[in-house]
Amino acid sequence: MIPERLVNWVVFAGLLAVPLWAIVVDEPFTITLVTRAVILAIAAVGLNIALGIGGLVSLGHAVFFGIGGYAMGILAYHAQTYTSLDLFGLSLAGTKSMPIIWLVAIVVSALAAWIIGLLSLRTSGVYFIMITLAFGQMFYYFAISWSTYGGEDGLSIYVRNGFPGLNTLVPIQFFGLCFALLCIVLFLNARLQNAPFGLALNAARQVPTRVETVGLNPMRLKLVAFVISGAITGLAGALFADLNRFVSPTMFSWQLSGELIVLIVIGGVGRLYGPVVGACLFVALEHWLGALTEFWHIYLGLILLAIVLFARGGIIGLLTGKEGAHV
Amino acid sequence: MSEPILATRNLRKNFGALAATDDVSIDLRAGEIHAIIGPNGAGKSTLIAQICGGLRPDSGSVHLLGRDVTQYSKQARARSGLGRTFQISALAMEDSVLENVVLGALGASGNPWRFWSRALSDASLTAKAEAALERVGLIEHRHTRCAELSHGQRRQLEVAVALTLSPKAFVMDEPMAGLGAEGSKLLTAFLDQLRAEAPILLVEHDMDAVFALADRISVLVYGQVIASGTVEEIKSSRAVREAYLGEEA
Repeated sequence: MIPERLVNWVVFAGLLAVPLWAIVVDEPFTITLVTRAVILAIAAVGLNIALGIGGLVSLGHAVFFGIGGYAMGILAYHAQTYTSLDLFGLSLAGTKSMPIIWLVAIVVSALAAWIIGLLSLRTSGVYFIMITLAFGQMFYYFAISWSTYGGEDGLSIYVRNGFPGLNTLVPIQFFGLCFALLCIVLFLNARLQNAPFGLALNAARQVPTRVETVGLNPMRLKLVAFVISGAITGLAGALFADLNRFVSPTMFSWQLSGELIVLIVIGGVGRLYGPVVGACLFVALEHWLGALTEFWHIYLGLILLAIVLFARGGIIGLLTGKEGAHV
Repeated sequence: MSEPILATRNLRKNFGALAATDDVSIDLRAGEIHAIIGPNGAGKSTLIAQICGGLRPDSGSVHLLGRDVTQYSKQARARSGLGRTFQISALAMEDSVLENVVLGALGASGNPWRFWSRALSDASLTAKAEAALERVGLIEHRHTRCAELSHGQRRQLEVAVALTLSPKAFVMDEPMAGLGAEGSKLLTAFLDQLRAEAPILLVEHDMDAVFALADRISVLVYGQVIASGTVEEIKSSRAVREAYLGEEA
């Protein structure tokens, strides 16, 4: 069977090669498609930290994706309309600068994840799934009724936000930016997984009682994982909104939360590149099958069914011949 | 007599009308193995759970090193020096043997908030972990996945994880359960030395091991301690023979 490291490198090289090839043959839309896959991969890498290592099946991760999206939308909206953003008695200016938008997206998502995690982690199993879903729906309906920022229609941003030294309107440059962030996030994930924190979190998923008897608090470990996870998914949300130059309440929808879980399951739960493989496959199917039939989700469902029944380690598990993510 | 390391005072726990723990006061003193025996349903597990923090007693208290820890959580008791092994192995089955013991060392260090360094390259963690594996004789299996260990090896690993915490007192819930004759003999020899390091409160069904190891035995029946004393005293106690050793004696 193929070593996992090799699979990872092939995926990595493929993600880089396809857009470069697209430049050569002048197919800018392909670059956008791969960028979309990269951004979804970042969101799913975020979720995989909570889901894969921490065992937290969150059906509300769209909350953080949406928060990231609206962080971008709101800041850019105030910048493009030259209006001030009034918050807690402060009058703030909007911004079109990506680094600032990312920072806001990360901080606000982390804060939201901390509050949601604090409440949700009192439960486990099905109840945890339901309570995170409930939070997702709360944010979704709030966004729909938030008329200041477009309500159900969402917000359009006319020009993509800027990054110092780059022209983000050029697809390959924006792709490069997203790809670099994916690399950073994957690297952080890899370090975290092998660090003492990852070891303890991994044990907290498997045997919380053991973690308690060595004097550590499994709840607190899971909460921190949930916050890191939410922050990364929030960053992806800001990029996603910038890719489309549009945010709408659908970024908060539970379907999106579900899709993120599906991506991870297809790629391989708890594996570093599981979310990346899942995201690529998802976007490819959405594009190719979506062109053939409106009901392409049926085929996605069949693939998911096959994987859950016959290949519990996802596609990476299938390729490497190892079902478990570990060792 | 010296201050007990671990003690319960008038512990009571009722489940409805059933008194699962009925006024239990026991001590564990430095250097000793104190065995708790009793028939099934006598309330041994309930007692252990109250000592280790899994259950709150209805009344009474638990003391560790002279401190009242009745309100402490499981984690807080572990940090205060209570080392525990489980009747049914509680190990991270997907992880390697070494990772399981490093978790103990990490718990002992009290700081899991390290997100960057490699846990298995951290000498302060692995040295302690490997020393513990060495002592229980699992060092050559350190890279084996826990799920692939035999039942007996898992029991040894349980003990190794507890060792990494350098506890002041051990609470062991049937460490011999499911071990073959050879395995019990090895573990008996090991626990025999271990008592010098920290006293052991031993709940055990294996009477050979109990009689070989225990300095004192308390007999629990229907939640009450009906007798407490040396091996000889317990063996010759009429009440114990009737209530527990009955047919065997």
